[in-house]
Amino acid sequence: MIQLSKKNNEKAFRFYTRFHLRVLTGLKATNIEELLVLIKKVPGSSIYYHTHHFLQKHKHISPEPPNDFAFWIESALNEEVLAEKVASIDTVKYHSIRSLRNEIVRLIEDYIDKNPRTKLRFASPNKAFHFIKSISFIVPTPYVAKDLDGFLDALKKISVDSIYFHIFEARLRLEMETNDFSFWLGTALMEVELAGKITALDPYTYTMEDLRKKIIALVEERLRNGKAK
Amino acid sequence: MEKLNRYGQFVGKRTIEELRMLAGYLQGKVIQHINSTAVGGGVAEILSKIVPLLQELGVNCQWDVIKGSPEFFDVTKAIHNALHGKEAELTDKMLEVFNEISRMNIREMNLYGDIMFIHDPQPIALIKRKSGMKKSKWIWRCHVDVSGPDKNAWGFLEPFINKYDAAVFSSPHFAHQMKPRQVLISPSIDPFSDKNREVTREEIDTVLNKYNIDPRQKPIVCQISRYDALKDPVGVIKAYKMVKKYVDCQLLLVGNRAADDPETDKIYKEVLEAAGKDPDIHALLVEDIPYEINVFQRVSDVIVQKSLREGFALTVSEALWKAKPVVASAVGGIPLQIKHKYGGLLCHSIEGAAFAIKQLLNAPEYAKKLGENGREHIRQNFLLTRHLREYMLLFLSLYTEDGIVTL
Repeated sequence: MIQLSKKNNEKAFRFYTRFHLRVLTGLKATNIEELLVLIKKVPGSSIYYHTHHFLQKHKHISPEPPNDFAFWIESALNEEVLAEKVASIDTVKYHSIRSLRNEIVRLIEDYIDKNPRTKLRFASPNKAFHFIKSISFIVPTPYVAKDLDGFLDALKKISVDSIYFHIFEARLRLEMETNDFSFWLGTALMEVELAGKITALDPYTYTMEDLRKKIIALVEERLRNGKAK
Repeated sequence: MEKLNRYGQFVGKRTIEELRMLAGYLQGKVIQHINSTAVGGGVAEILSKIVPLLQELGVNCQWDVIKGSPEFFDVTKAIHNALHGKEAELTDKMLEVFNEISRMNIREMNLYGDIMFIHDPQPIALIKRKSGMKKSKWIWRCHVDVSGPDKNAWGFLEPFINKYDAAVFSSPHFAHQMKPRQVLISPSIDPFSDKNREVTREEIDTVLNKYNIDPRQKPIVCQISRYDALKDPVGVIKAYKMVKKYVDCQLLLVGNRAADDPETDKIYKEVLEAAGKDPDIHALLVEDIPYEINVFQRVSDVIVQKSLREGFALTVSEALWKAKPVVASAVGGIPLQIKHKYGGLLCHSIEGAAFAIKQLLNAPEYAKKLGENGREHIRQNFLLTRHLREYMLLFLSLYTEDGIVTL
């Protein structure tokens, strides 16, 4: 696998995009304990899928909470309080799937501990939780930026999948400290302040198109105020 | 590239560019699709769209059909029903009919793909040719609901399935513990097909006159499905009768006859008996004329899909694409297409279907909103371009074990 972070630690920034293919694990849970056991056991790509696919599937507002575990805990087990806790996890705080998985496990274990009756709730057979994982295909796009103007220009042209890849996938699944855009802006263009502003966004609360608009606005603001000396 | 470019108006030009990019990685590979019928039914319909577009993208993609006798299709229909969980006795004699026709196809068919794409149980035994086709990759595409299959039927197919490199299912609920990688790919609809394109006023009038339907008289509740027990057309009539007590409406049942479905006449007879002499029930057994189906959907006020089991039920996507309010059973791939109370209404019983139909007929603004949300959901997730992309990714995935692939 290529090291995109190293590749993009150069003057030019190559935009990549990603596609994903959903793979069924054949593993399913019908109550909270089974869910917990499997959350601990399934591959990281499955945890990643169930906490992130909503970002791509629903590019407009929909009534689902932002991860599948929360949605299922509420809709199949009627455990609204636990569902809210799992839905409210501050995903942007975690730099690895491992740490995100640990936090989900901690919340569920803690809840079961305080509410042992929750173990008695079962989903009906047609509402079992099916664990899915995904295969990511990372593909280079023709878009390359050599400076801030070129970066802005490309941001307007690339697909939302490309934005998704550089903001979410590169950071969490590839275990980088920050997103690709901030890394390149901060290290190659020395645009440390702009990089910091993009890092500080909570991308999980935007739709992908709104996230694009927000980043474009930050870059345009920087260009208006003069580039870094 | 003309045909493919047209899809840009719905999914954006970038999506089309990405399809071309992915196709480039498949140069040199030959993909051979095999199923049991060239016309009728959802599988043939999807292949008739997917294959030419993959070819247009420069992918060497071909489609061939197995041979079969009426007895063979009786057996495969019984297997189909048993996979859906219906009790069906598969006798030794029936399995011998299956094996005999399979042996003939194994012997006589010209198989040449680098990637062999086998659809549904009818041609599944072709996998026996794998050992003689070195380096070939084999995919079994299951279009049916196998969430609760009859154990004997599944046990009969399992040794075949386990020899494949990948199995493809339409819903997470169909997953099993099995040897091949299991990939989740939903089918799709083609916005430019005769079944989904815009229709003219003249076309609407022609169809309505031909079948003597008048949508101005009473609102139309419609189910479009083959006359198959698993589509529960008699259940739809019962639901309609419950609605009719409170809302004066008419029921339109429309079904065609597929070449590989021997049960149509029996079920159609049951439907006519259940309909009795109610002049507001129109139970039509029609030729498969796609634009007529299109018209039926467009003149309907509520579209129903009250299946007991479903592989996917593309009729739901078709109806939603026309921004129609839909009431459908929460089975198979239907919950993937409808988010309850957001892009349609899901039901679990005849009574539930009746209640939902009444609700939509009595609250047209709510029905309109559900239809609009539904159309947007289909645009984003169930158009042919997404299907093309996932098939190409599936082909590429056959050559890797990794979770992250850099092309």
